[in-house]
Amino acid sequence: MAEAHDRPPEQFKLRMRRYDPESGQAPYWDEHTVELEPHRSVLEAVLQAKDRFDGSIGIRCSCRQAICGSCGVRVNGEPALACHTHLDAAKAGAREGVIEIEPMGNMPVIKDLIVDMDAVHWKKIQRVTPWLLAKQPVPEREYLVSKEAMVDVTQTMACIQCGACVSDCLAMEVDPGFIGPAALAKAYRFVGDPRDDQQFERLNDLAQDPQGIFDCTHCFKCVEACPKDVNPMGQIMRLRRIATGDHHIVDKNNGERHEQAITGLVRNYGLLHEAELIPRSYGGNSWFAKFTPAAGKELLSSLPVVIKGVLRGKVSPRIAIFGHKIPAQDLKAVQSIYDKIEGRPERYELNLYVSGEDEDATSASTGAEGSVSQ
Amino acid sequence: MKVAYWPGCVSRGFTPELHGSMAKVAPLLDIELVELDRACCTGAGVIAEHNQELADTLNARTFALAQQVDGAQLMMNICSTCQGAQSECQERLDANAEYRAHVNSTLAGEGLSYDKDPAHPLTNKNFLWLLVEEIGLDRVRSLVKRPLTNLKVGPFYGCYIVRPRDRLGIDAERPRDHYLEQVIDALGGTVIEYAGMRKCCGFPIITMHKEASLKQAGRHLGDAVDADADCLVTPCPLCHLNLDLQQPLAEGVVGRELKMPVLHLPQLVGLALGVEPKELGLSRHVVRPTSVIDWSTSVVASSAAA
Repeated sequence: MAEAHDRPPEQFKLRMRRYDPESGQAPYWDEHTVELEPHRSVLEAVLQAKDRFDGSIGIRCSCRQAICGSCGVRVNGEPALACHTHLDAAKAGAREGVIEIEPMGNMPVIKDLIVDMDAVHWKKIQRVTPWLLAKQPVPEREYLVSKEAMVDVTQTMACIQCGACVSDCLAMEVDPGFIGPAALAKAYRFVGDPRDDQQFERLNDLAQDPQGIFDCTHCFKCVEACPKDVNPMGQIMRLRRIATGDHHIVDKNNGERHEQAITGLVRNYGLLHEAELIPRSYGGNSWFAKFTPAAGKELLSSLPVVIKGVLRGKVSPRIAIFGHKIPAQDLKAVQSIYDKIEGRPERYELNLYVSGEDEDATSASTGAEGSVSQ
Repeated sequence: MKVAYWPGCVSRGFTPELHGSMAKVAPLLDIELVELDRACCTGAGVIAEHNQELADTLNARTFALAQQVDGAQLMMNICSTCQGAQSECQERLDANAEYRAHVNSTLAGEGLSYDKDPAHPLTNKNFLWLLVEEIGLDRVRSLVKRPLTNLKVGPFYGCYIVRPRDRLGIDAERPRDHYLEQVIDALGGTVIEYAGMRKCCGFPIITMHKEASLKQAGRHLGDAVDADADCLVTPCPLCHLNLDLQQPLAEGVVGRELKMPVLHLPQLVGLALGVEPKELGLSRHVVRPTSVIDWSTSVVASSAAA
C-alpha cells in the first residue's frame, strides 16, 4: 500500500442508502462524488459527503482505526467497517465503479447507515451470560491456567462488537431469534475459559435452545464478515463439539443425534446412507431408529417427497433401503481409523490460531515413521 | 486431461443424475475420470464438528489415494460441500508438518501417506473451477453445439464453495465466486442475478430446524422466480436436495408456488454440448424441468458453434 499513499486525490462516486423511519418516506439511494487519496477509508468518504453536500447523512463512528466497532456498514453488499475499507479496494469491488454503502442487515435502521444494535446485537450478547462464573473457592492470589487455553480464548476476546457477523448471518435472516454468531463466539469465550465453573450448564442451555448452537446453518458468512478473525462459526462448532463429545448432552433439537448419525453412517458404510439420515437424526444412531415415534412422525411427513423421488427414478429402492458402501477392505481401514482416533483419551485438535502455520512450507514429511504418541 | 475423481456420496445416492451426467459430459471435454471408489465421505463438515482429527485423517486418506493415481494432473470433485470440507482439512494438514506426520502415522497401517510435496502439490478442484481454469472458457465456447440462447439461468453456488475466500483461493485473479455466471455466459445462456445466489440452501439444519431450513430454500427459489429465471444451476448436490427434492415442502413453508427447476452443473454443460436431456437424467428431478426441456426441443441443434 506504500504506493497508494503517494497517489494524488481521486474522485470516488458513492451510492448511499438513505432512510429515516420517522419521515414516513420509503428508503432511497443518494449519490455523491467525493475527492480523496485512494488509500483513505470509506468512512472518510462518507464524512466528506456529509461535510460538503448533505449534513443530514447519518453514520456512527468514533475511533476511525478499526478498534471501536462503531462504523459497521455494508460496502458493495458485504459487511465491513467503513473505517477499515480502503477506497481503492472498495472501488475495485464495486459495480460500474460506484461504491455502494448500506446499513447493516438483520437489525432495524435508526437512520441511514445507523442500525439499532441494542434491539438485536446487545440483547443476544446478554443472552449468553457474558461474564465469568468463577470456580469456587476463588484462590487467594491468581488462578493458574495454561498459556494455550488463554491464547485460545483471546481469539473470541478480539471481538470489537461491530455487528458485522450479525448483519449477514443467514440463519438469522430466516430465524431472527437465533442467538447468532457474535453472542455464541462470546459464549465460547467463557466455555473455553478454564476458570469458569459452569461449562456444562452453559452448553446445555445453548444446546437445548431451539435457536441455540444447532440453529447455525454453517454458511461461513460470519467467518468472512469478521474484521478481527474471531471465526464465530468455528467457535460455534467447538461449542457443539464440547457439548456432545465431552458432556454427552443429548439435545431436543436433534443436534447431537444428527452428528452421531452422520459420523456413525460413514463408519458403517464409508459413505453417507441418506435414507438413514432422517430416521437416525430424529430417533438415534441405530437401524431401529425408524421405529421410534419421533422418527416415525418425521418419516410420515416426508413420505410424499420420498415417494415422488422414487417414482422419478431419482432414488432407486435398492439405494434407499441398503445404501451404498465402499469396498470391504477399505471400509475396514476406515473403521480402524475411527477406532484409533475415537479411542484416544483426549481429542487431538490442531488450532491454527494458536499454532500458526509453518514458516517452512517445504517440510513435507512422508510421515510413515513419524509416529506421534497417542 | 486425467483427473483423480471424487464423486462424493450424494451424487451416487440421492442425486444419481449428477454422477451420471458427469460421466456423459467428461469425454466431450476430454476429461478422463479415474474414480476414487475406495475413498470415504468427506464428513460434510459434520465429522469435523464431531472430531477434527478424525475428519482430517479420513480426508488425508482420500488425498493419499488421489496422489497414487498415475498421471492424474489433479483431483476433481463435483460437490461444493466436498470442496469446502476437503479444503478445510487440507489447510490444516498443509499448515503444520508435525500434525501431518501425526495424521500420516494413523494411515501408515494401510501403507498410505498424504505427501505435501512442493513440486507436486495436491490440487483439488471442483468441476466448476476445472472448467474455467483448466479447460478454459474459450474451449468450452468452441465445444457448444446447442447454445443456451434465451435460457435464463440463475446460479446457486452453495456456501462451501464461496466462503471463506482465503481458504478457497478466491481473489481478483481467480474470481471463483463468479465462475458460474462466466460458464452460463460461455454456454450461450442468459445470467439471472438474484438475492440468494450465494446464500445458504438451508440443508445443514434440515433435521435440526426444519422450518428455518425450508424457509431459506423457499426464499431463494422465490427470489429466482421473481427475477424471471427459467431454472437454477448448482455445483452442489446437497443444495440440490433442499432446492429440488424438498421444494414441494419449501413451497408450503413460504406459502407460494415455486416450480423452479434446479440443474446440476454437468447437466447444464451437457445440454449445451448437445447431449439429450433424458441422457442427463433431467427426467429424474422432483421439479420437472419443463421450461428447460421445452427450450431444448425448440432449439435446432446445429454443428456450428456459437
